[in-house]
Amino acid sequence: MAGFRGVDYMMIDSLFSEEELMVRQTARAFVEDNVVPVIRGCYRDGVFPSHLIRQMGELGFFGANLEGYGCAGMSNVEYGLIMQELERGDSGVRSFVSVQGALVMYPILTYGSEEQKQRWLPKLASGEAIGCFGLTEPGFGSNPGGMLTTARSDGGDWVLNGEKTWITNGSAADLAVVFARGDGRVRGFLVEKGTKGYSSSDIHGKLSMRASVTSSLSFQDCRVPAENALPGAVGLKTALSCLTQARYGIGWGAIGAAMDCYETARQYALVRKQFNDRPIASHQLVQEKLAWMITEITKAQLLAVQVGRIKDGQRAEAAHISMLKRNNVAIALECARLSRDLLGANGIMDEYPVMRHLANLETVKTYEGTDHIHALIIGERVTGIPAYC
Amino acid sequence: MRILVAVKQVIGRDAPLRVNAARTWVEENDATFEINEPDAYALEAALQLKEKHGGEVAVLCAGPERAAKTIREALAKGADRAVHIELPEAAALDALGTASLLARAAEAEKPDLVLTGLQSDDLGLGQTGVVMAERMGLPHATIIMEIDFRGAAVRVKRELEGGWFQYVEMPVPAVLTIQSGIAKLRYATLMGIKKARSKEIKTLAAADLGIPSHPAAVIERLYMPPRARQAQIVEGTPQEKAARLVDKLRTEARVL
Repeated sequence: MAGFRGVDYMMIDSLFSEEELMVRQTARAFVEDNVVPVIRGCYRDGVFPSHLIRQMGELGFFGANLEGYGCAGMSNVEYGLIMQELERGDSGVRSFVSVQGALVMYPILTYGSEEQKQRWLPKLASGEAIGCFGLTEPGFGSNPGGMLTTARSDGGDWVLNGEKTWITNGSAADLAVVFARGDGRVRGFLVEKGTKGYSSSDIHGKLSMRASVTSSLSFQDCRVPAENALPGAVGLKTALSCLTQARYGIGWGAIGAAMDCYETARQYALVRKQFNDRPIASHQLVQEKLAWMITEITKAQLLAVQVGRIKDGQRAEAAHISMLKRNNVAIALECARLSRDLLGANGIMDEYPVMRHLANLETVKTYEGTDHIHALIIGERVTGIPAYC
Repeated sequence: MRILVAVKQVIGRDAPLRVNAARTWVEENDATFEINEPDAYALEAALQLKEKHGGEVAVLCAGPERAAKTIREALAKGADRAVHIELPEAAALDALGTASLLARAAEAEKPDLVLTGLQSDDLGLGQTGVVMAERMGLPHATIIMEIDFRGAAVRVKRELEGGWFQYVEMPVPAVLTIQSGIAKLRYATLMGIKKARSKEIKTLAAADLGIPSHPAAVIERLYMPPRARQAQIVEGTPQEKAARLVDKLRTEARVL
């Protein structure tokens, strides 16, 4: 099959500047040359393609929309286009970059001390250091405010106790951004690999996100010095602000997965022949599915561009990003299901990317705010009434 | 060292190709454009030389306003500055005219090396670099795979036919035309794309260079190759058929 040329039904490219398209081209070529050839094997073997980390760092993918400290200083639209292309390759690769940039570098840049920024951001930007983000706990997913992990102030240090789970990059990380309850407030801490009392173990048996490391983190009387607390990260809102950044990237990433599924199905339908030697693309029921997919992808693109533009104008609200994440992941998942259907039995094979995207998107639908939670955020935005419990 | 890379913007390989109304060129309205592939390798070779020996890489391009996009992509990949000879949209230049313009602009840059692709993906004449060298009065070598820069001289590896290679040494300044596929092309990094914003693009008008704009060669007609179908039935006994078939394959088709 020829290289990926994007999906553009409605002259969407005319909404992007030449520089934005150049950024997309870099990400697209990187994925085509480096991710696509290896991802099938990675997924089968359940390993992350870690040999790509440094190259992604050199290209500027980590924390691309952050400014200073070795970050590329891209706009949010440019950042979104990178996420789209990465997830066209695989959700696991996009997740790695999302976590590194939005959940580790962003909180350090936003809530960290100057010393923390200087020490960690250049290394995280280059990929020399890998980060993870610890918020979710075994008993607290959609309701992180109920977290049980504690941070006890002791002689100028903080002592952490608790469990975090579903942590992308967990065991691979040199640095964990961890939220715990300390002195009555939720607080953010930097915990370095090798700190006594801090351990991680990988979660096995995943049938989704197989090319991504997912771990549990354990803190048992884990003592971190006071200077490892993120001075600005006090209150649950600060943790949620990181999620807003990551969700924004997911909203774009899902388009990439949807594009790959749609394009695979479209090309397949043109060459697969059934009944009188006619391509299945000539059947009305097949065309209806393709029409639905391209329509939804186009709407998702327009939503992403608009949220990106208002985010660049500092006007995007968390509730806007909730709509982007919820809608785009939902349609991407449906595109993956329809594409699987159009590919018939071949659709379940890893020779095609569709089943892999489908399985990945089931994770993407749940993580970073489930579909339901985003519905409630949108609901609160339009009624003024929180309905979370 | 100062390296000048002459690049051309050509119609993208993925673009649909239709003959235009005047039947002299392809329809450009619905086309996409990209850097001529061998020129991309010339740029890569130049950037690698700069990494090894220091100095500067400048990009030179003769083309309409839209070619500025290709120039900016080259700057994003790491070229330091650019010279754009801006041509009118429908300028019909032959290789002689293009090479003369490029040579005149190149002389002002006083480069140690001029690199360009061995041919263009659209016309495929393979003349521009060579004519440019002649116009500048510089030595040249074509179909280059490796460049060993030795200060006052350069030793290059040329690709000949049939798996043969040739090593040539010549004094600098020199013009080299670069073969495709000799290295892995780099991506424009995000930092490179951002930096390109502030890099200089000097724009020259073709008229300023004093090169006559009357092409010596023009394309009279462009057309799709007509489809020819021909079938011959070989008659006779099986033995005779086989003998005649072998004879035809040997003398007419020349595949044996």
